[in-house]
Amino acid sequence: MDTEPQFFDTNATPGVVGQPLNRVDGWAKVTGQAKYSAEYNSLPGLVHAVLKTSDVAKGRVTGFDTTAAMKQPGVVAILTHQNLPKPVKVPDSQVNKGTLNSPMGFFPMLSDEVHYAGQPVAIVVADTLEHAQYAAALLKVNIAPETPVSSYQDPKAERYVPKNVKGTAGVTKRGDAQAAFQSAPVQLTATYTHATNHHNPMEPGATTAHWEAPDRLTVYDTTQGVSETQKTLALMLGLATEQVRVVTKYLGGGFGCKAWVWPHVVLAPLAAKAVSRPVKLVLTRQQQYTGMGHREEQEQTLRLGATKDGKLLGIVHEKTSTTSPWDDYAETNSRIINMLYALPAFESTYHLAKASVMTSTSTRAPGDMPGSFALECSMDDLAYQLGIDPIQLRLLNYAEKDPTNGHPWSSKSLKQCYQRGAELFGWNKRNPKNGQTRDGKTLVGWGMATASYPVHNSQGNARVRLYADGRAVVQAGATDLGTGTYTIITQVAADALGLPPENIRFELGDTILPSTQWSGGSTAAGRVSSSVYLAAQDVWQKLIKLAVADKNSPLYGAKSADVEMGNGRLQLKAKPATGEAFTEVMKRASLGDVEGNAQGRYGSVYREPSAAADADMNKEEKEAAAGYSMHAFGAHFCEVHVDPELGTVRVARWVSVMSAGRILNPKTARSQVIGGTIFGIGSALMEQTVRDPHWARYTNADLANYHIPVNADIPDMTVDFIDEHDPHVNAMGVKGIGEIAIVGVTAAVANAFFHATGRRLRSLPMTPDKVLDALRQPA
Amino acid sequence: MNDFSYTQAATAKEATTLRKDTPTAAYIAGGTTLLDLMKAHLQEHPQLIDINALPFRGIEQTKDGLRIGALETMSDVGEHPLVLQQFPAVSQSLLLAASPQLRNMATVGGNLLQRTRCGYFRDPAFPCNKRVPGSGCPAQDGDNHNLAILGVSESCIANSYPGDFSVALAAFDAVLTLEKGKGKQRHVPLTDFYRLPDSTPHIETVLEPGELIVAITLPTAVPAQRSTYLKVRERSSYAYALTSAAVGLDVQAGTIRAARVALGGVGAQPWRSREAERTLVGQPATDATFRAAAAAALQGAQPREHNRYKVELAQNTLVRALQQVAAG
Repeated sequence: MDTEPQFFDTNATPGVVGQPLNRVDGWAKVTGQAKYSAEYNSLPGLVHAVLKTSDVAKGRVTGFDTTAAMKQPGVVAILTHQNLPKPVKVPDSQVNKGTLNSPMGFFPMLSDEVHYAGQPVAIVVADTLEHAQYAAALLKVNIAPETPVSSYQDPKAERYVPKNVKGTAGVTKRGDAQAAFQSAPVQLTATYTHATNHHNPMEPGATTAHWEAPDRLTVYDTTQGVSETQKTLALMLGLATEQVRVVTKYLGGGFGCKAWVWPHVVLAPLAAKAVSRPVKLVLTRQQQYTGMGHREEQEQTLRLGATKDGKLLGIVHEKTSTTSPWDDYAETNSRIINMLYALPAFESTYHLAKASVMTSTSTRAPGDMPGSFALECSMDDLAYQLGIDPIQLRLLNYAEKDPTNGHPWSSKSLKQCYQRGAELFGWNKRNPKNGQTRDGKTLVGWGMATASYPVHNSQGNARVRLYADGRAVVQAGATDLGTGTYTIITQVAADALGLPPENIRFELGDTILPSTQWSGGSTAAGRVSSSVYLAAQDVWQKLIKLAVADKNSPLYGAKSADVEMGNGRLQLKAKPATGEAFTEVMKRASLGDVEGNAQGRYGSVYREPSAAADADMNKEEKEAAAGYSMHAFGAHFCEVHVDPELGTVRVARWVSVMSAGRILNPKTARSQVIGGTIFGIGSALMEQTVRDPHWARYTNADLANYHIPVNADIPDMTVDFIDEHDPHVNAMGVKGIGEIAIVGVTAAVANAFFHATGRRLRSLPMTPDKVLDALRQPA
Repeated sequence: MNDFSYTQAATAKEATTLRKDTPTAAYIAGGTTLLDLMKAHLQEHPQLIDINALPFRGIEQTKDGLRIGALETMSDVGEHPLVLQQFPAVSQSLLLAASPQLRNMATVGGNLLQRTRCGYFRDPAFPCNKRVPGSGCPAQDGDNHNLAILGVSESCIANSYPGDFSVALAAFDAVLTLEKGKGKQRHVPLTDFYRLPDSTPHIETVLEPGELIVAITLPTAVPAQRSTYLKVRERSSYAYALTSAAVGLDVQAGTIRAARVALGGVGAQPWRSREAERTLVGQPATDATFRAAAAAALQGAQPREHNRYKVELAQNTLVRALQQVAAG
C-alpha cells in the first residue's frame, strides 16, 4: 500500500457500522438453507460412520465380536485399531502437540489401550445412519477393565505441581505475596469449587470427509478454525497443506470445544480412506460429552491480604484440578486474578491430578471465568467485612495501569461501566446490610462483579473484489460461530467501500479463501474486521493510482495522498467536489473488477508487528514490547431471589455494561453479552457433569440431565456499552466481546446470594442441596 | 435403534391379539418415552402396535367424579375445565411437566409408564438391576443425587416413576381401568399399580403382559378441589422434580377435616403418605401441624450420600404446599 492506512473513522464514513443491522444470514438459517457441516449429503457414495466408544474408563481391548453387527443390512465396514489406516503423525508428544492444533496428547484406535470412558474403540460404517447406529449397538467390544482414577478428588489421585500449564508456569510469583498476606491487617482465606461443565453446542461435532483423489481431501467439519484444521489434518494424514480443503460455512455454536482437532475429525478421513467412499461422522449427544473436551472440575483457594481501608496488599492463589493421563492442562485462572486490580504482589500455584478422563479444554473465557469467581467473591467478602460498598472497594483498587507489567491500557472504561451499570440497576438504593429484603417467602439480594477479557494477538488475511457495477465480494477464511461474523463484516465492508450492505457478499469458512486464524479467544471481530477494512483500502489505493494517472479524470495529476474515498466517489480531500465515481475510473480503464488484499492484525501486533513477531520472545515479552496492555472490561449487576426452604435461587434482574472498543453492531453484540451471561448463570445455578467416582464415567451425559437454563430461568436483561476509542488494538478499534460476558457472572450471582441470605456459597453450581446446607450455617 | 414393524390397531381386541401374537411387541401411543428408550437401546421391540385409534378417550363427569380416557393428551387433560375445577393439583402436575411439545404428544396413559431417569439405568454401559437383573446397583455408592429415599431397596434406589402426574393421582385416590383382551376389564387403585423394587426392581407395575390402560377415574372429594401440586427442581421448567408434593385439605373452622398427601421425587414409586394424612386430620391448620405431618411422611427415609438433602427438602416442600392450600 502506498499510504499508511487510516484508522477507521465513523465520522468520516457514516454508514452501517455501529448500526443494529439484522443478521445477513438470518433468512438462510430460519428457512433451512444454511448448510451446516453434517448436511453435505449429496457427495457421491456417501456412507455414515458411527463411533463405538468404550464403556469403561481404563483397560485393554481384548477382542471384538463383529458377527451380529456384520449381519446387519447396509454395513460397509467395521474399523478397529486392527484394520484402520494409521495417521502418519499423532499428538503423542510435546513436539507434535506444538505443531498440531490438537489439545490432547493421545490419539485413540492406534492400539488396544483404553484411557477414558467414551474413548472411540471402533467405527461402524454403513449405508444409512440408522443401519450404522444399530450395527454399532450390536458390535461387542471386549475390554479387560482396570481400576480408573475418577478425578482429583479420588483418593487414588496423585497431586503434583506441573512445570507449566497452557504456557503459564506452574508456580508464578510477582513480588512477595506470601509475606504481604502474612503481614496484612485484613486477611481472607476461602476455597471455591467448580463442577465439571460441558460446552453443549446445539450442533454436535460432525466431520464429513471426501477423498476426491488420493492426494486431495475435502473435509466439511464443525471447526472454529478451518485453517488450523487444514494444517493439522495435512500433518496427521501425510499430505501437503494445499492438498486438504476444510469447509465450515455455518457453525451451531462452538464455545471453545470446536477450536481444536479432536480424534473424530481425523478418524472420519481415515475411515473414508479405508472404505474408499465419502464418510460422514456425527457425534451423538452423549458422545459430545466425551468427544470434544470439557471445563475441568476444580477447586481454588484464594488468600487475600488488604489494609483496613480496603487496599489490596497481596493475593496467594492455588488451584487444584483434574487433567488427563497425558497432558498438564488447566485453565489459567491466575491471569485475571493477577491483573484485575491494583495488586502489589501475587503468587499462583497450579496443582494437577491425572485421572482417566480426556483432556479438558478451552471453554468460554477459559481461566478468567472460574478465576473471576474466586476473586470477585473474595472482593465481595472484603467489602462486607470492611463495610465498604462493593463498587467503592473496586474503585479503591482500580488499576490505572496493568499491575503485572506497569504498562498503560490501550483503553479502559471500567469506571464508566460501574457507573452506568449502577445507574441502570439502581445500585444506590442497595441496603448495605445483607439478609434484609424479603419478597413473600423469598430472600432478595443484589450482587455485582467485574468482567474482563484480554486481547489475544491474532492476524489474518482478507480479499476484497470490487466490481464495476458497484457490488463486491469480500472473502476471509474465518468462521462465524453463530455469533454474527457474517453480519458485522458485511457492515465493515459496506462502509469501507462506500456501498450499501446489500451490495456486499461476504464469504467465509473455507480454506480456499484467504487464510486467517481461528475464531477463538474473542479474536475474530477484531482481526477480520481490520483485514477487510484494510483490503478495501487497498482497492481504493489502486483506483486512486489509476485516477491520478488518467488524463480524463478530474483527479489527474493529484497526489495519491490527497485523494480519498467518500460515498463511492474518489475525491480530493481538500475539495470534495473535485472527483468522480469509482465506476467511471474503472470504465475508462476497461476494468471489470479491482481486487485488494490485506493482512489485518489484532492486539499488540497491530502497532508493533516486528517486536511481536520476534520468535525469541514469549507472549508476555511480546506484549511488553508493544507497550500497551489490552483488555475489554465490564460490570455485571443482578438481583436474585432465594427460597430459603425450597433451596431455589432464581435470577430476577440483570444489568451488564461492557466496554470493548468500537461496537460494530449493537444487536449482535447484545446477543453475545446475553448469551455469555446466560452461560454463566447456568454455571452458577445448575450446570454440572457428574462422573461416577468408581467408574469414572459420566452419569448425566445428555441434555435432559445436564441442565442448562431454560427461558423461564432468565429475566429480561439490560445490556449497555460504553463507547471506546482505541487506536492501539487494531485498525477498526474493535475488541472482542465473545468471552468477556461470562466473566464475573457466577460471582455476581454468588454475591447476590450472600446479600440475600448472609451466607456465602462457594461451590458451583448452587443447587438446592447446597443452598439448604449453606442456610443451616450461622450467618 | 432396531428396525421394527408398525401396525395400527383399530380396536382393543385387535391390539391385544397382536400383542399376544408377538409378546415382545410394544404398544405405542404418544411415543414420547418409548422412542427415547428404544434409541438408547434400553428396550427393543420388533413390532410397535399403534393404539391411538382405540376409543380410550374423553374427559367426562360421572356421578362420583371424573373419568379420563387413557389416550387423552397431557395438555388436553391439564387444561380441561373439569380437571381444573375439581382437581387443580392434577392439572398442575400435568402442566408443570415436560415441555408444551411433549405434553401435546404424550398421553396420560403413557405418562404412567415412564421409566426412571436414573443415570445408571439410562446408560447400558453401567450395571443396573432394573435393566439387567442381578447386575448390581452402582447408584448406591455413586451419583444418587436425584434418587429416591423412601421405599428403596438394596437392589435399587431409583425413583422408578420420575414424573408428576401419578403423584397427584396417588394423592387423590385415582383408580385405573385396565383391559387385557376380550373386553375383560379390572380396576386397580393407582397406589396399588406400582410395585416397590425389593429384589425385583425390573418389575415396575402390576400391569400384565398385553394389558392396556383404558381410563383413569378420579373420585370427587373436597380435598381434591382444594389442592395444589408443588414441584421443586434445579431449573424453572423442563426438569424432573427433586421433590414434589400433591396435597389437598378440607379445613373447617380452622380444623383439618380431611387431607390428601403424596410426594414425588423421593419415593421409589409415587409416595402416598397416609402417615402425614393421619397427622393432619383433626388438627388445627397451623405450621406446627404441617411440620409434624412432614416429619411423619419422611419417617422411614433411607438417604444415601448425595440425596440426604431430600429428607429436609421434601419436608419443606410438603409444608409449603400445605401452607398454600390452607391459605386458599
